[in-house]
Amino acid sequence: MPERTATIASRSGLHARPAALFAEAAGNAGVDVTISMQGEPAEEALDAASILSLMTLGAAKGDVVVLRADGDGADQALDSLVALLETDLDAE
Amino acid sequence: MQNFQGVGVSPGRIIGTIRQMPKPISEPPAGEQLPAGVTAEDATAALKAASQAVHDELKARAAHATGDGKAVLEATALMAKDTMLIKGAAKLVARGVSSERAIWESGSSVSEMLHNLGGYMAERATDVLDVRARIVAELRGVPAPGIPASSTPFVLVAEDLAPADTATLDPNKVLALITAGGGPQSHTAIIARSLGLPAVVAAVGVDELPDGTEVYVDGAAGTITAEPDESLRAAAEAWAATASLLAEFSGTGATADGHLVPLLANVGGGKDAEAAAKLGAQGVGLFRTEFCFLERDTEPTVEEQAAAYKSVFDAFPGKKVVLRTLDAGADKPLPFLTDSTEPNPALGVRGYRTDFTTPGVLDRQLEAIAQAEKQSEADVWVMAPMISTAEEAARFASMCADAGIKTPGVMVEVPSAALTAEAILREVGFASLGTNDLTQYAMAADRQLGPLAALNTPWQPAVLRLVGLTVEGSRAEGHNKPVGVCGEAAADPALAVVLTGLGVSTLSMTARSLAAVAAVLKTVTLAEAQDLAKLALSAPSATEARAWVREKLPVLAELGL
Repeated sequence: MPERTATIASRSGLHARPAALFAEAAGNAGVDVTISMQGEPAEEALDAASILSLMTLGAAKGDVVVLRADGDGADQALDSLVALLETDLDAE
Repeated sequence: MQNFQGVGVSPGRIIGTIRQMPKPISEPPAGEQLPAGVTAEDATAALKAASQAVHDELKARAAHATGDGKAVLEATALMAKDTMLIKGAAKLVARGVSSERAIWESGSSVSEMLHNLGGYMAERATDVLDVRARIVAELRGVPAPGIPASSTPFVLVAEDLAPADTATLDPNKVLALITAGGGPQSHTAIIARSLGLPAVVAAVGVDELPDGTEVYVDGAAGTITAEPDESLRAAAEAWAATASLLAEFSGTGATADGHLVPLLANVGGGKDAEAAAKLGAQGVGLFRTEFCFLERDTEPTVEEQAAAYKSVFDAFPGKKVVLRTLDAGADKPLPFLTDSTEPNPALGVRGYRTDFTTPGVLDRQLEAIAQAEKQSEADVWVMAPMISTAEEAARFASMCADAGIKTPGVMVEVPSAALTAEAILREVGFASLGTNDLTQYAMAADRQLGPLAALNTPWQPAVLRLVGLTVEGSRAEGHNKPVGVCGEAAADPALAVVLTGLGVSTLSMTARSLAAVAAVLKTVTLAEAQDLAKLALSAPSATEARAWVREKLPVLAELGL
C-alpha cells in the first residue's frame, strides 16, 4: 500500500483551521486515506477525512505523520495531501 | 394592536418583524428503539441525510462569515458529517437504537473524549454537542437550536439568552431583543446594553407570537405592541433621529454646575477596552478578568494572564483601570475554581471565597497583574469580589501588598459589606458597588428569574439605602476614599443621577451607555441630584422611586430614554 511521511508545518499543529482544511481535502481525495503518528502500527491509523480523528491524533508542529491510501490515484492523492501538511496553513 | 408589558432594560424604539428562538432540543429518551417498520438501513440513510443537511447549512453560513467565526463554522460543518461521529451512531442503529438516540449517544462519547484531551480540544467539545442537537432537530423536522439564521434583520424573541448566545448574535441582523423570562440583570439585559440594542425582558406571552409578526418595541418603557399603528411608526422614526445624537460622549462626565463624575467603562478584555476608549470612556471601572478565561478548563499561566491584562491597560495609558480579580461561581463557573455540585451557588464558594478552597490561584493572579502593570502606563487598581467582612478586606489588602499592588479595594455587593463599609474602608483604598449582586442579595431574589424581575431592580429603596450607607461609611472613615458604582444601575441615566446625588464618585457602565448618561447628568446640578436621591429614598416602592425621579427629569422623555 502506498504511504508517505509528512512533517506538520502549521504553527497550531493539526488543529482548528489546518485540521478542517486537511480533513476536507482528504475527504475529496477520491480514495480512503488514513493518518497515524510515525512509529504507530498501520492498523491503528485513523480516517484522515475525519476532523474529530485528526483532533484526537494531537499532531503538533514538527511532528511526523504517515499517510496511507490504496487504489487508483492513491499516489497522486497522497502527494497533494503531503504538500498540504507541509504548508503553514495558519499563515494564509 | 396587541400590547405586552415587560421590563425595559435597554432604550430604543424600533419596528421590526419577529423571529422566535427555537426551544432547546430535548434529549431522546434512553433506550429509545427504532419505530416498528423502520429498518436499520433506512434509519442509517436518514441519519446520513440529516448529517449532510446540517453540514450544508453550516457550510453555507460559513461562506457569509468572516475571521474566527468563519473558521469555527467551517470546522463545525465538517464535524456534522464526520465518520467518527456517524459510524459510532450507525453501530448503535444496527443494534436497534433509534437514529435520534444513536447520534445523541455517539455525540456524548466523542464530546467526552475531546473534553478529556483538555486544552484546545476540550474547547471544541461543546461544538460537537451543538452539531448533535442540530442533527436531532433535522431528524425530528423541527428548527435548529440557537439564534435563527436570516438574511434580513429581525427582532429576536427568546425565553432568555445564555452567555454563549452572545457569540452567535450578529448585531447587524438583530434589531431588538425581547424575552418572556429573564430579569433586568439577566444576561439578555447585559448583552443588549453592550450591543446597544433595544431590549425588553420578562414580557409574558411574547413567546406565543408567530414568526413574522410586526412589532413596535420601546426598550425604555418596556412595551411591545403587535401590528403597530401610524403613531408608533412616527415614534420609531423620531427615535432613529435622536439615537445619533446619543452616540457621542465628550469624554468628561459632570453635572450642570461642574461637579465631576468620571464615567468609566465595564470591559471583559482588550477588544472591549479599545472599543470603550474610542467611545470616550475616562478609564475602566470594572475589568471582569474571568471573561478572559471563561472557556478554560485549566488555570491560565501567569504569562498568559499578564498578556491579557496588559491588552486592557494599554488601551488606557495614564488612566485608571480597576481590575476585579476572578469572580468565578454561580452563573459564571470556571472548572478550575468552582464546585458545580453546590446546592446554592449564588451563596456558595464564589468570587474572593474561592481562595479558601483553591489557594494559590489568587496569589498567581495578583502576580500577573503586578507584572502587567510594570509594563504599562495605566493607573492600576485591584479589587476583590464578594467581600463580606473587614477581616477579608484586610487579608486581601495584605495579599496585594505582598504582590506589589499599590491600590487594593473591594467590591460592595454583599449587604454586610455595605453595612460595615467604614470598617472595610479602613483596610483598603476604595470600594465599588456591584449593584446587580447587591440587589440580588438585598432582595433575596435570584437575578436570572423572570417572575422575580419586579424585586430585582436597583430602584428598590432598600438597595439605594445600602448605596447611601456605603458612601456614609467612607465619609466616617475620614480619608475621602472613593466609592464608585460598576453595576448595570450606572447605565440607567435616571439612576445615574440618583447615584450621583447619593455621593457616588464614579460611574462605570457598558461603554454604549456613556453618551446617554453624560447627556442626562449635565442637565442637573449636584444639589438637584441630591434632592432626587432623597426623593427616591423616600419612595415606598421601586416603581414609585423610578416614576417620581423620571417625572423630575423631562430630558429623559425628550431623548427617548
